[in-house]
Amino acid sequence: MSKQQRESRVHERYLRHSKKFPNVWCAGCGIGIVLGAIIRAVDRLQLDKNDVALLSGIGCTGRMPVYVDFNTMHTTHGRALAFATGLKMVRPEMKVITVMGDGDALAIGGNHFIHAARRNIGLTAIVVNNLTYGMTGGQYSPTTPIGAQAATAPYGHIEQPFPIAELAVIAGAAFVARSTVYHVQELEKYIAQAITKQGFAVVEAVSYCHTTLGRINRWGTAPDMMRRLKEQSVSLRQAEKMSEEEKREQVVRGVFVDRDIPEYTQLYDQIIERAQGEAS
Amino acid sequence: MTASQTAGPTARLMQGDQACAEGAIAAGCRFFAGYPITPATEIAEVLARRLPQVGGKFIQMEDEIASIAAVIGASVGGAKAMTATSGPGFSLMQENIGYAAMAEIPCVIVDVQRLGPSTGRPTSPSQGDVMQARWGTHGDHPIIALSPSSVRETFDLTVQAFNFAERYRTPVILLMDEVIGHMREPIVFPDPETVEQVKRPGTTVPPEWYKPFENFPSDVSPLVPFGEGYRYHITGLHHDERGYPTNRLDEIRPWLERIFRKIDRSISDILLYDKDGIEDAETLVIAYGATARSARYAVDVAREHGRKVGFLKLKTIWPFPDEVVEHAAARLHRVVVPEMNLGQLALEVERIVDRHKVRRVNRADGEMIQPAEILTAIEEWAR
Repeated sequence: MSKQQRESRVHERYLRHSKKFPNVWCAGCGIGIVLGAIIRAVDRLQLDKNDVALLSGIGCTGRMPVYVDFNTMHTTHGRALAFATGLKMVRPEMKVITVMGDGDALAIGGNHFIHAARRNIGLTAIVVNNLTYGMTGGQYSPTTPIGAQAATAPYGHIEQPFPIAELAVIAGAAFVARSTVYHVQELEKYIAQAITKQGFAVVEAVSYCHTTLGRINRWGTAPDMMRRLKEQSVSLRQAEKMSEEEKREQVVRGVFVDRDIPEYTQLYDQIIERAQGEAS
Repeated sequence: MTASQTAGPTARLMQGDQACAEGAIAAGCRFFAGYPITPATEIAEVLARRLPQVGGKFIQMEDEIASIAAVIGASVGGAKAMTATSGPGFSLMQENIGYAAMAEIPCVIVDVQRLGPSTGRPTSPSQGDVMQARWGTHGDHPIIALSPSSVRETFDLTVQAFNFAERYRTPVILLMDEVIGHMREPIVFPDPETVEQVKRPGTTVPPEWYKPFENFPSDVSPLVPFGEGYRYHITGLHHDERGYPTNRLDEIRPWLERIFRKIDRSISDILLYDKDGIEDAETLVIAYGATARSARYAVDVAREHGRKVGFLKLKTIWPFPDEVVEHAAARLHRVVVPEMNLGQLALEVERIVDRHKVRRVNRADGEMIQPAEILTAIEEWAR
């Protein structure tokens, strides 16, 4: 068996075959690519499936956990990180990963996102940023570009987008990286790094939605939009040489921060020691 | 004989909020997530200190939505888990309480009621969340809600709330009120070894056979915590026995029937109440929470006046004890229902008893109902 064949078989060992296929995503969607990257990252790290929890909120990305053979939980809209915080606190030995869309993580769940980062709790937060609410049909999200049309912005969008990775850095995350669904191997590498990191680790996976926002704005087919991710993205190093104006047209990829700061559940273990020391 | 037995138990002066926190510890609660809010904050403060002492975990979340979410996540991880709040926070929690009902995740939600609506009077009592406890989240679902009327009862019903949550895999609401939360009474804790701690049922089947939402003979299928080798899916979508989303009516309907049946069939275990002097009564007073204290006093005075008054104090308010009320009120001409709202549980009483027999005594201004107000209602009818 060739290396390529072996790798294509990896998914079979992680997907649930019992009931849940075909999946809900449109043909050409980037979410499946992110799921593939997560699976390969977990496989590369040789984690025990029993020790991995995958939680999501609501939306197209929210449907990801059901397909994969981990401990999986499809929670309420925006709240995946809050559910994950409770789980991580009572099961600190588990690798708790959340997958969220941009609306899920940054609009309705924005408060949980910045506070999980501030707390630096050992969760992996993967944000699939497709710039819109796909499941409900292309309404503007916190990352929709200014000027784009959306189902709820028929005259053009007038709000500034959140830069997810930069926001996570400022909010206090221990690890923050951004890649795209075109740069699959890079994405997989960042996800593996994030899962390994002690502390709150964010990976922004820039994707697209060709059936809603893409169609409304005549951005072309899925391959067209994939090509744009390839052509209009630069590494952090390349971005350093660019003007602010030039950078605005690009997806800047790379590891934005990787710092060692005390992780929350480990700090809480010290609280328990202190409390029990005082009590005895 | 141990030293403590010879010395006898020592009474401690304590608030209802503190007793709730201590009851939680005694019940085996090992996770609390909450957000500060009057008049429930003391529960969080006590548990921030007490939980790590017993190896448990406390976290102050960024809001009440996050608090109930973390509690559900912790419960899925296997911990007995609780949050505590008041009306405004209870409103914020409703969506995720529905999630816990849908996914059958045991947890305890304490609502120390204050006067609403909105910010209302934060330091004043109310029983205005009775219907919110029942119907606050969207969709049809069963719920258990308990309401204590003393500091010691707060301890006991907190324990009971955890036991019901674990036994029936359901969210349980402890509906306190500001008076009970902040009032201090001497309380003697029971010997911790005598406190019943219901353990979440485990499974004996291997992981590949395990169905977390199985139509089980007891109607409550075991919930194995995440991380113990039983990998499965939990969702707020309608789901099949394995937890996978479904649109099939032959999977949705049995689920809906089962979650109601699991409560209905155990109703005699779940319904907690005290009844007194009902057999030869002419008038029945039905009360709960802090109002039950005024009612108790009014009943005693009315009896001194020669009135035949029965007293039914409800500790379980949801599910509503239809048969208990029906039986107690069967021969009676009048039923007095005092509550610190404009008539919420009275609606349930009127569903059971001819509403012309029911006399409501209501206040929704942040003041307790005085015994005299209840006494007047009893006497008016006795005339």
